[in-house]
Amino acid sequence: MRYLPLTDADRREMLRVIGAKSVDDLFRDVPASARLPGKVAGLPDHQGELEVERAFQGFAAKNVSPAMAPFFIGAGAYRHHVPATVDYMIQRGEFLTSYTPYQPEITQGTLQYLFEFQTQVTLLTGMEVANASMYDGSTGTSEAVLMANRVTRRHKALISGGLHPQYRGVIETAARWEGFNAVVGKADVDGLEDLIAAVDKETSCVVVQNPSFFGHVRDFSKLAEACHAAGALLIVVVTEVVSLGLITPPGEMGADIVVCEGQSIGNGLGFGGPYVGLFATREKYMRQMPGRLVGETVDADGKRGFVLTLSTREQHIRREKATSNICTNAGLCALAFTIHLTLLGEAGFRRLAELNHAKASELADRVAAVPGVTVVNDSFFNEFTVRLPRPAAPVVEALAARRILAGVPVSRLIPDDPSVANLLLLAATETATEHGMAPLVAGLKEVL
Amino acid sequence: MSMKYTNEHEWIRVEGDVGTIGITQYAQEQLGDVVFVEVPAVGRTVAKGESVAVVESVKAASDIYAPVSGEVVEANAALADTPGDVNAEPTGKGWFFKVKLSDKSELDGLMDEAAYDAFVKSLG
Amino acid sequence: MVQSLDRSQGRAGAVATDGAAAPKTFTGNRALQIEEPLIFEMGQAGRCGVDLPEPPKVKDRLNGLRRGGEIGLPGLSEPQVVQHYTRLSQKNYAIDMGVYPLGSCTMKHNPRINEKVARLAGIGDLHPLQPVSTVQGALELIDTLAHWLKTLTGMPAVAMSPAAGAHGEMCGMMAIAAALDAKGERAQRKIVLAPESAHGTNPATAAALGFTVKPIPANDRGRVDLAALKAALGPDVAAIMLTNPNTCGLFESEIVEISTAVHEAGAYFYCDGANFNAIAGRVRPGDLGVDCMHINLHKTFSTPHGGGGPGAGPVVLSAALAPFAPYPWIVKTGDGWTVAEEGTRVAGTPFGRLKAFHGQMGMFSRALAYIMSHGADGLKQASEDAVLSANYVMAALKDVMTPAFDGPCMHEVLFDDSFLKDTGVSTLDFAKAMIDEGYHPMTMYFPLVVHGAMLIEPTESQAKEDLDQFIGALRSLTERAKTGTAAEEFKAAPRFSPRRRLDETLAARKPILRWRPSNNPPEGGPMRQAAE
Repeated sequence: MRYLPLTDADRREMLRVIGAKSVDDLFRDVPASARLPGKVAGLPDHQGELEVERAFQGFAAKNVSPAMAPFFIGAGAYRHHVPATVDYMIQRGEFLTSYTPYQPEITQGTLQYLFEFQTQVTLLTGMEVANASMYDGSTGTSEAVLMANRVTRRHKALISGGLHPQYRGVIETAARWEGFNAVVGKADVDGLEDLIAAVDKETSCVVVQNPSFFGHVRDFSKLAEACHAAGALLIVVVTEVVSLGLITPPGEMGADIVVCEGQSIGNGLGFGGPYVGLFATREKYMRQMPGRLVGETVDADGKRGFVLTLSTREQHIRREKATSNICTNAGLCALAFTIHLTLLGEAGFRRLAELNHAKASELADRVAAVPGVTVVNDSFFNEFTVRLPRPAAPVVEALAARRILAGVPVSRLIPDDPSVANLLLLAATETATEHGMAPLVAGLKEVL
Repeated sequence: MSMKYTNEHEWIRVEGDVGTIGITQYAQEQLGDVVFVEVPAVGRTVAKGESVAVVESVKAASDIYAPVSGEVVEANAALADTPGDVNAEPTGKGWFFKVKLSDKSELDGLMDEAAYDAFVKSLG
Repeated sequence: MVQSLDRSQGRAGAVATDGAAAPKTFTGNRALQIEEPLIFEMGQAGRCGVDLPEPPKVKDRLNGLRRGGEIGLPGLSEPQVVQHYTRLSQKNYAIDMGVYPLGSCTMKHNPRINEKVARLAGIGDLHPLQPVSTVQGALELIDTLAHWLKTLTGMPAVAMSPAAGAHGEMCGMMAIAAALDAKGERAQRKIVLAPESAHGTNPATAAALGFTVKPIPANDRGRVDLAALKAALGPDVAAIMLTNPNTCGLFESEIVEISTAVHEAGAYFYCDGANFNAIAGRVRPGDLGVDCMHINLHKTFSTPHGGGGPGAGPVVLSAALAPFAPYPWIVKTGDGWTVAEEGTRVAGTPFGRLKAFHGQMGMFSRALAYIMSHGADGLKQASEDAVLSANYVMAALKDVMTPAFDGPCMHEVLFDDSFLKDTGVSTLDFAKAMIDEGYHPMTMYFPLVVHGAMLIEPTESQAKEDLDQFIGALRSLTERAKTGTAAEEFKAAPRFSPRRRLDETLAARKPILRWRPSNNPPEGGPMRQAAE
């Protein structure tokens, strides 16, 4: 077995030093009823690398890779080009095979990139402080609501109908089992929802998404004012972080907590994970934040260095009084994010955002010209909603049969609302090409 | 009046009907460098035994329980900038908050200095 | 000229520097140890690490919300980026460098075939919301891993979506809350029992769900006190959360009696599977009576720890809890696989959803590659080697260090600090001295039930020669500590690491959590200023 360095001779010698007759001796505390006579039955034995790789190629062959098909799917996960440098750097063993930097003297690499990451997140979101990442955007959003409940000591969250339905589902699950009230708005297809009137003295927070799940770009400044007047927090969720290269950041609109899905920068689609949640807030709420925080300090020689800090918020010290039960974050995905964003820099990040908007604009104009199709949005970034003359789900299936990956039928994520059955979400990033848009338009004309 | 102590290592010094509350020398030694203190809001009514403040060092966080019932009339805002005062002068500049006592008889259940010293010794 | 920014002078806890002995370099570098500025101190307008085409001019459809002003991101070229992160990487210790005996974290070898297969086109690049007809292989992959996990644990169901161990705990405890709800007992059963040695996530999870955590004591053998547990059980108890093997590195020998008593009291048994590596392939938790257990794929199944995540924490469930498993899960149909998600007609009453999409697919690929590489025979051997190695370390050190409990241990061995009594050397000092010997320290001060705890988990990945050198280093350190005159030397450790002990008090009192243009440039740190 290639991963196991001990030889049989080693094992015999080690048993001798221990004073045990056999390895079974070491397992003598296992109750007799649970001792297996040998290995676990019904499973194959070990295999070489060649065989393992072949098995995975078998899995891959049964899928349609986005690289092999016209591709317009978004809805919270976006296909972008990730520079080769990113994936090369994150596979350096010193990053890949290190753990949470509990020993700062020998993990300054991890600590410094997380400090840089935290700074980048504050800059993108227009906020004051950020943590070292969350599992992903959806879990980060749920943690933001819990944080708002702690800060305000209130227990009613207003959830916009423009929030990604699966994010909403994660909040509703937390609400049900962790004991708070989540008031959920109706699907905000047209981007006209106004939550100001609903904010009251019991409201802990309002959760909105920008651009919304349906693609609308909104100004939440007035909503922020209404929240603050009522003592509530405004949580702004961004599922497409590239949009922050072109759109006024939530911090400038008055957001109190900003959560982003960071997958678009540095991280591949990966069938849904692992991704990386960005989490930023105002300095005054710093000690109520969940997750790890890296701070600057000096070492015994007076040199600048970085450490995990404010850990008394966390489960390993506070136990049942912790701000969250979270232990790890998404360190390596945060590394991929920060490397990609460093490669982009100010100029590259803004240009990437412009390209996305331009591609999506082109797609919107082309799709709008298909008979029977209307583009719902007046505003969008790189994704928008179209209304089809018939249910979207079978249309998407029909196009998939032609090997065109034509967006997400809204009904897949909002299955219980017949009014959204004909809606289709279409996204176009910098990876979209003329070679992809033409077959989509032609395919739509054929199947509609 | 002299100081009284709780078995949670808080001290209280009463002048008139107002008691000043902090943590003891022993407590600050156990905690190590104090980095943050959360004090209660002025005007808050607290009950004896209620968790009203938090003191944090790098590696530990402890709740501070009200040794007596009453209304918080003052809190040590300076600790926000200089939490190290709790280490340097736990019974002086490092005080946490002041309570206007609602029931002075609650003081009777607390330890005097000799009893507290013996209690600390018993902890080893 | 470079000046030391010695803000540590006069502060309690500062240690003497022996920097005078080593000549200063112009750059501040020391050969392969290169001082590295922050990206924000390196950037120049006009530099960029990517080449993107000029965007076509289009009319904004941004609702008038075009971002103005500078974002403030630095501009670096590609070679600068490569050098920056390479230099940072050289300031990290890692499994790839040697013994990383961080107890309860299972820092085992991370095979690179895992990385390769996770990135294959058609696996690593799939969108989670592609039509299921276009992702049949991905669903099959997840279902294959699920089959392995169920078979290895002897459990009938598994929830794959939790993103990490702590998230898996949330999943398992929500399933228990849902099961109690279904029986109408949730209001009545509000207590969760957990040993004092439990990992902090256990009480944090239970408390988040509104349970009151009640500690149960250990006996003098480091196991749950069965009589005390039985006395604590009653109609108000929802569950016990118990790690097995436990955080003292011991197998709970009365676990069957524990699970029987818990079930007789109408409560559920949550097993924290953090230490599954000791028994994977050799003991099935299902045979021990557990109702649910999370599996840290980044521990037992070798997915990389990545500097603190991402992890994955699938939760295996008993028949009693399986109906409450969260969305989504994979369903085998006549001619393929499909996804059960909101709107799908399903049996059971899912308690909700824990995260968007399907879970940590990238971790599933890696874990499955590891599991297939090992097979049933190799997994059993790996567990045995892990346990053998821990017992070997214990046997080779027990005359100079003080094991907290008698052996045999499982895959990790726990020492207390009584061997350091009266030496002036603390567990922390001892650990920091290990850094100078080229090792990552063990887990310290956990579990809380042992004074000055040192929890060593060598894993199965170390050759005997490397274990012997590690043992030799620890023996040498104990000898030096016991001279009684080495306290100062230990307190000054580490001396040879990229940074010496860091001032955590300063960091926490005046938190600096981001770079700002006004932050003082660090004179003792990056030396860019020196060259100007």
